[in-house]
Amino acid sequence: MLNGKTAIITGGSRGLGEAIAYKLASMGANIAIVDIGDVSLSDKVCAKCKDEYKVEAKAYQCDVSNFDAAKETVANIKADFGTAHILVNNAGITRDGLCAMMKEEDFDKVIAVNLKGAFNMIRHTAGLFIRNREGCIINISSVAGLMGNVGQCNYAASKAGLVGLTKTIAKELAPKGVRCNAIAPGFIATDMTGNQTENPLLKMIPLGKMGDADDIAEAAGYLATAKYVTGEVLRVDGGIAM
Amino acid sequence: MYFDAIAKIVAERTGCDVADVKPESKFSELGIDSLDTVELLMSLEDEIGIEIELDQKVETISDLDKFIQSKQG
Repeated sequence: MLNGKTAIITGGSRGLGEAIAYKLASMGANIAIVDIGDVSLSDKVCAKCKDEYKVEAKAYQCDVSNFDAAKETVANIKADFGTAHILVNNAGITRDGLCAMMKEEDFDKVIAVNLKGAFNMIRHTAGLFIRNREGCIINISSVAGLMGNVGQCNYAASKAGLVGLTKTIAKELAPKGVRCNAIAPGFIATDMTGNQTENPLLKMIPLGKMGDADDIAEAAGYLATAKYVTGEVLRVDGGIAM
Repeated sequence: MYFDAIAKIVAERTGCDVADVKPESKFSELGIDSLDTVELLMSLEDEIGIEIELDQKVETISDLDKFIQSKQG
């Protein structure tokens, strides 16, 4: 389905990004993993993509919040893969705390990675997509951005920002055949979210349980091939934010 | 001077006569919107073998020509 396409996945060394990488690889896409962390983790993900799904895969270490670093990474991906067709802006961090006590740097850092990082990657890949007259951007937002969440004003603001970014990019690039959508995960068990079994919000999930990374990966696989869907925010949240 | 290369690509894209593309021609008059100019630049990169990043709005053919020259230092 995605044979011959190249997908860039930020924050792809673990968690949701890792699951999305395997999903897109299973659909035939070549995979470029972009991650700030230890490249050995990303290399493992690439190795699995190559071994199990027989696609090309390469890891790039990059801080997506850095405009020039993102530019250089996209240039390297272009050199290695020729071009790119899919961008998944998944890289994200949390620095939770009540607004009244939050450090300025904790607000800035979360916005820089989650929101500006997505802008940086879109900014530098848009030319490739426009040239190809084809492209698919998937921004990983969050239900926190749709309904707010105590202790996460920075994170929720960044994720709500992604919704505005998604819809604007969808409108701007639609004439060039480039789609842009967002996924808003609910409570998903990953390293970043940690152990949430005691969280009282769990009782508020209509489907009664946390999601897993594969639930989000399935949604990414859908959006990667949903050729008439753009500007959509797809909740994958067990119903919590409806 | 990249005028000839720009004029050629504009003519190809819009189907107009290359002689009708003047330095003072506005992209909007030629039926090329700002997003199209990004794409145009991509074609230009292939044509003249340079890499350029459009980080400002250009109104006329001559603006784009000057912009590319400025980027070439």
